[in-house]
Amino acid sequence: MIQGKSLSHSELSEVARRMRRHILKMTHKAKGGHPGGCLSATDLLDVLYMNVLRVDPQNPHWDKRDFFFLSKGHAAPALYAALCERGFFPEEELFTFREAESRLPAYPSCESTPGVDMASGSLGQGLSIANGAALAAKLKGSDQRAYVMLGDGELHEGQVWEAMLTTAHYHLDNVCAIVDYNKLQLDGRLDEVKSLGDLPGKWRAFDWNVLEIDGHDLPQIEKAFAQAQAVKLQPSVIIAHTIKGKGVSFMEDQVDWHAAAPSDAELKIALEELK
Amino acid sequence: MTKIAPRQAYGEELVRLGQENPDIVVLDADVAKASMTYLFKEKFPERFFDLGISESDIVGTGAGFAVAGKIPFINAYANFLLGNGWEQIHISVAYANQNVKIVGHNIGASSGKDGPTHLPFEDIALMRVLPGIMIVEPADAIEMRKAVRAAAQHQGPIYLRVGRLPVPLVTCEEDPFELGKARILREGQDVTIIATGAMVAKGLEAAEELASLGISAEVINLHTIKPLDEETLLRSVQKTGAVVTAEEHTILGGMGSAVAELLVEEFPVPLQRVGVKDRFAVCAPYDELHNILGLTAKAITQSVQRVIRKNRQ
Ligand SMILES: Cc1ncc(C[n+]2csc(CCOP(=O)(O)OP(=O)(O)O)c2C)c(N)n1
Repeated sequence: MIQGKSLSHSELSEVARRMRRHILKMTHKAKGGHPGGCLSATDLLDVLYMNVLRVDPQNPHWDKRDFFFLSKGHAAPALYAALCERGFFPEEELFTFREAESRLPAYPSCESTPGVDMASGSLGQGLSIANGAALAAKLKGSDQRAYVMLGDGELHEGQVWEAMLTTAHYHLDNVCAIVDYNKLQLDGRLDEVKSLGDLPGKWRAFDWNVLEIDGHDLPQIEKAFAQAQAVKLQPSVIIAHTIKGKGVSFMEDQVDWHAAAPSDAELKIALEELK
Repeated sequence: MTKIAPRQAYGEELVRLGQENPDIVVLDADVAKASMTYLFKEKFPERFFDLGISESDIVGTGAGFAVAGKIPFINAYANFLLGNGWEQIHISVAYANQNVKIVGHNIGASSGKDGPTHLPFEDIALMRVLPGIMIVEPADAIEMRKAVRAAAQHQGPIYLRVGRLPVPLVTCEEDPFELGKARILREGQDVTIIATGAMVAKGLEAAEELASLGISAEVINLHTIKPLDEETLLRSVQKTGAVVTAEEHTILGGMGSAVAELLVEEFPVPLQRVGVKDRFAVCAPYDELHNILGLTAKAITQSVQRVIRKNRQ
């Protein structure tokens, strides 16, 4: 199936629930990973993979595919959960996450995983990649689009701002950036570590079309993707206000769940909450 | 001897390739006049992208083009491209195994008078440690043309080292060129001189001088520094039993180091490396800087005498 599936909002919400369960089970089994930043990104990736991206799970290298680059590569389990739900590989495979010879390594690898187009894990690099793919699509006269998800902490990286200039300079309306704005990073709250100040204003000043939404509201997410696609001659960024650890009461908005695997007991409670 | 600037050959060949292959795109970081990619820009403006002074961004953008099936040549001064862009090359190009052609300009003493901030003597070392990236430094303009063409055909990442100033022609149009295959330019019995880039001409000059001293030197043009053509190198060294390497680069981690690593493990013989000796350069014109840094035919000759002496002891 190449076109997005056009799932209803209740179906999307069911997929998001399953994705969250996958993420928790994966990180639990692997005894590692970054559940907090996966759970904040889940609803965005859900809508993107179910209803927006034109990709072909049977032919991951299909030459007319839309691109998605997970620049905040530590959220790999969320990406794997989305790829699995879209049909790129079976559910059992998810639980090989982080194993030595697995196709699902700790951070995304295009050499390993069907449906993954770029390696990431070293923060800051994804928007440049999206620009290159989008420029190539324009050159081919193709309507392919390039989506990229960035962490808010990741925005500290200078390369992102170099790339923001590039996207705007080339009027890449086929680029859509998504900022998972959960206000937490590794060491603490963004506002304590290094504040981003007026984030929408900064993107606007870089000549981007800015869409600010609740990143857990499925209809809002879907609408934002449609609006981004409708804007011409200007790239769009969806600044999605999210909650790190969303969906699991004891993980929500907790820095400590940036990189920590749930114990057996914690998994049990979490899965209970996501029944 | 005729001298042509490698960058001239690079820029011209890129235009020819552009004519033949619509998938070739060229990216530059605001140095198109120096890298000569402006020639491509004039001919194919729609396939030329100036990313501005953004060496990290240009690497990633190149990788994105490759993801979408294009063959990007990304250009900047080698020190800035590989220095600022190293982590991007590491992950988005090398680890991701993307078909990006990384072209480092103004290598070695090319812009001597600009001094240490503008003199890439560390770039080979920076690239050598990354798995999967081929490293190529042609000996002259003729070989540069063949190398650019071969780089475009090669499926995978490659680092091409391009000099700014004219260097003597030491190869001929008819000479075969194969990436990864070292070329013996002069046969000899007593010592193997392994040189790359502009130092190949100096290796040949040294061999001439050595002949008059009764020393028969074999000269190998090692245009592909990685992967090493171990077979050709070992065969030569097994015959001569002594080695001198010569490169326009620091002796730490460069071509000479690669050869030394091979020989220490496979066939230890006396070896000397001609190159920059763990120091910063100074502001001086190209030839003068080569003299100051010991990148000369004379330095090669003296090193040869040293390794031969060691063999006799
Ligand atoms: C270049 C780089 N520096 C540091 C790290 C280590 N690191 C991994 S995740 C992270 C915090 C990321 O914060 P953010 O982008 O806000 O992600 P999120 O909170 O959504 O998980 C850091 C510093 C890294 N992966 N890459």
